[in-house]
Amino acid sequence: MDLVLVNLIDGLVTGLLLFMLSAGLTLIFSMMGVLNFAHASFYMLGAYFAYQISIALGFWMGLLIAPLIVGVLGAGVERYGLRRVHQYGHVPELIFTFGLALLIEELVQFIWGKNQMPYSVPDVLNFTAFAISGNSIPAYKIFMIFISVGIFLGLLYVLTKTRVGMIIQAALSYPRTVEALGHNVPLIFMGVFGVGTALAGVAGVIAGPVLGTFPGMAFVLGSIVFVTIVIGGLGSLWGALVASLLIGWITTFAKSYNIEMENILNAIGISTPEDLSESVFRDFWSLTSPQIADILPYILMVLILIFRPAGLFGKRIS
Amino acid sequence: MTDQLSTDPAKAVERMRAGSMTLSLAPWVIATVVLVFLPMVFTNNSALTIMNQMSITIVFALAYNMLLGQGGMLSFGHAVYAGVGGFACMHIMNMSDFFETIPLVILPIFGGLFGMGLAMIVGSFSTRSAGTVFAMISLGVGELIAACSVIIVAFFGGEEGISGDRTYAQPFFGVEFLQQIEVYYLTIAWLIISAALMYLWSRTPVGRMANAVRDNPERAQFLGYSARWVRYYSFIASGFFAGIAGGLFAINYEILTEENLNTASSGVILLVTFLGGVGFFFGPIIGAIAFTLLQTVLSLSTELWAFYAGVLFVATVMFFPGGLAGLIMMHVAAFKLGKASGLIKPYLKTLLPAAIGTLGLAALVEMTFHLRHAATGDDEMTIFWTTFSSHDILPWVIAVVITAVGLGIAKVTAPSLKEAWNEANTAGGAS
Amino acid sequence: MSTPALELTGLKKSFGKAEIIRGIDLSIGKAERHAIIGPNGAGKSTLFNLITARFAPTSGTVKLHGENLAGLEPFQINRKGLSRSFQITNIFPAMTVFENVRCALLWSQGYKYSFWHLVNSKRDLTEGAEAILDQINLLERRNLPAGTLSYAEQRALEIGITIAGGADVIMLDEPTAGMSNTETDYITDLILKVTAGKTLIMVEHDMGVVFGLADRISVLVYGEIIATGKPADVRADARVQEAYLGAALEAEH
Repeated sequence: MDLVLVNLIDGLVTGLLLFMLSAGLTLIFSMMGVLNFAHASFYMLGAYFAYQISIALGFWMGLLIAPLIVGVLGAGVERYGLRRVHQYGHVPELIFTFGLALLIEELVQFIWGKNQMPYSVPDVLNFTAFAISGNSIPAYKIFMIFISVGIFLGLLYVLTKTRVGMIIQAALSYPRTVEALGHNVPLIFMGVFGVGTALAGVAGVIAGPVLGTFPGMAFVLGSIVFVTIVIGGLGSLWGALVASLLIGWITTFAKSYNIEMENILNAIGISTPEDLSESVFRDFWSLTSPQIADILPYILMVLILIFRPAGLFGKRIS
Repeated sequence: MTDQLSTDPAKAVERMRAGSMTLSLAPWVIATVVLVFLPMVFTNNSALTIMNQMSITIVFALAYNMLLGQGGMLSFGHAVYAGVGGFACMHIMNMSDFFETIPLVILPIFGGLFGMGLAMIVGSFSTRSAGTVFAMISLGVGELIAACSVIIVAFFGGEEGISGDRTYAQPFFGVEFLQQIEVYYLTIAWLIISAALMYLWSRTPVGRMANAVRDNPERAQFLGYSARWVRYYSFIASGFFAGIAGGLFAINYEILTEENLNTASSGVILLVTFLGGVGFFFGPIIGAIAFTLLQTVLSLSTELWAFYAGVLFVATVMFFPGGLAGLIMMHVAAFKLGKASGLIKPYLKTLLPAAIGTLGLAALVEMTFHLRHAATGDDEMTIFWTTFSSHDILPWVIAVVITAVGLGIAKVTAPSLKEAWNEANTAGGAS
Repeated sequence: MSTPALELTGLKKSFGKAEIIRGIDLSIGKAERHAIIGPNGAGKSTLFNLITARFAPTSGTVKLHGENLAGLEPFQINRKGLSRSFQITNIFPAMTVFENVRCALLWSQGYKYSFWHLVNSKRDLTEGAEAILDQINLLERRNLPAGTLSYAEQRALEIGITIAGGADVIMLDEPTAGMSNTETDYITDLILKVTAGKTLIMVEHDMGVVFGLADRISVLVYGEIIATGKPADVRADARVQEAYLGAALEAEH
């Protein structure tokens, strides 16, 4: 039972981290119809910038400044890159963001090299918050939860209670109408893109110390984020939240409980073949859940797409 | 606009009917002759290796463009179809009892069939829609299969991959494919066959409808065609030819690993295809040739070649979405008007300084990289056959001046190039 | 009486709470030219989209030659011999004019999803497409990308694509929308010519076109048909005068 609680907390941390990325990605997607392939690259930039700033000014200034820089960069990418490519259609837009993701990774390697950066948890937060029957929960994890929940509540407030939020929500569904009402839709787009990438930046700043700050970090998390928003339903913020938490928990639990495929198959009434070493499926039989934890999201996505193509919360794709 | 494009309609009808066969056959004959005689010009083994790699990339890129260019489907995981085809061929190579009864030349067909089989499974749910959803599914499935390579070790061989020996096949008219040159002729034979089949595919009813569905799926639906089935057929065909490319890879390298499946490989083929141009059949061919050459040259001379490739890719998407083929075809109008020669001088005036400026910029990038990442004490670096210390000020000044002057001249001469361009594309006498 | 070409029974469509089509019963005979008119927002295009399965109806049935179309996809309906055009020009802009028409011919000529025929070498396709192009007077434009045609030519091409498949029920959604008077006359003649002997159902705004073309007219107001009959009768109907013509006349002057 105690282990369950520990895993719940760990899964929550992963899930909320995913959500910080998938929320921005979803906002950008539902507004502009562009799936920003480079979204996780902005997350990586957040981590690297924060590391660089933290050397000079400390962790907290990094947390404050790095997302801002990332947001401005993101807005710049929208203004000078995406908007230009937009005229060619959706597929080139997608290709553009894909190219951008490659380029940012190369750029990061160019500036910081291929090795992991010594970006670490600040001393103030480097202690054990509490322990659950011998399993210590670091304070930094609690801090991550607070930051993500805080950002989520802030986002919810802005979207539902403020005038800007109303305009954004309206622009999500009826961009032309909103434009006709005299609002500067391109500016809103740029703003949303900036805010979305800044959110990814925040995620990078707080995830960098625990998940590692290295050139591959964007790719590691990036494809999971896409899977998340496909599972949640493209364009649905609630779907993104649910799918993020779902994936966070599924992967955490799969990693901590060593369930063997053989046991599952036996449980559902398939008996182990006499001579496993000869079978083509020998590796399949000896699979364990930690082994497949990282590909569970993909399996989940394929299943969702087969049985519920619009995703968990998605509207019917027209 | 309309006026420039229209030719004499009567003539066009005539041409469509009579001369079309001879007109479209010529490039194929020339390409075949060139491919057959190429090894006599480039005789050494490394050249053959590069040409083989090029051929495989061409087949794969053409297969990829059946989706992207002709069907409007953007795949981020197409390497798995080539990869699975390749792995299947490796397993056939290792099934010695069976392998020694078939000639090596037909092995790629098995690769094609396996690639096609996988495409039939995945396509059954991924081709429901084009666009973003298709792209996402392709990415997810690609990742899934790439991840399986370490789990299903029996098929994918884990981290070491699967290796085999092509020479165990039944000799083909006495040829055992021990030598690189023999493999070269096998590869180009498949290149020509595959390219021709893919070209013909684009001329069939389902191939034409792939274009129609790409441009306007709704209209195609109201013409009696299910957009989904049209996409599905394109997807299967593309999977087949990707599998052929995978089989050729297996024959050439005799080893396949996880690298043949992963997203990086899928990204490369997207890059190659887009660079060449998705709008024309021959685009991916140019892309594959250009990319392979670029890769060979750059990766030998700089660590940063992936960075340059990324810059080139993003620049292509932003400024030349038609790719190299698009750039070439832009000049057709000028040639038809007989004014293309008027462009040579303005081109030289602008593009030469621009190229020099770009090289200067690349030098600056290299110097920065060296300054930042070279081991302490290692100040010496060599670019463009010049060795100097990256810590001295003089080389920096020189590079900055070259860059500034080169790009500056290009900027100044650009308006006159534009003028010349407009002039070359306007019918009638000089204005 | 023989089976009607198209029969609508109790057709309804709601978007959320808004009921756009509020119970339509309509029967259109074979080879009839039927026009559906009505003020803006009456639901004419929605009705078209319901018939062709672009939208699914909330309730009610659509029967083509007595066969219920419920649950069929647009492409299946098309194969049963119903073809439509769109209010907003819906062609393949990047393809040549000739290709546009040829694509429209492929299914009906039985080529389906085949990959063992080469379209260029098929005389029936080339000649069929040329015959259509001749009918819509675009033979000279055959090798131009369709997107570069003038607006009226694109509308003509749209009609050409719609009729090319040989469907016997042709539905045209505002074929003369946004055209000058001469262009309208041109398209009207064209429609008369290419739909001879076929069932024609059209939504139209232009009174002149409607009264010149149609055998019968239905007036759609707020999702309901308030009158159906011969042009002269409809013109004389008091409710129609009030609901539609009055408004139209007011708007014109």
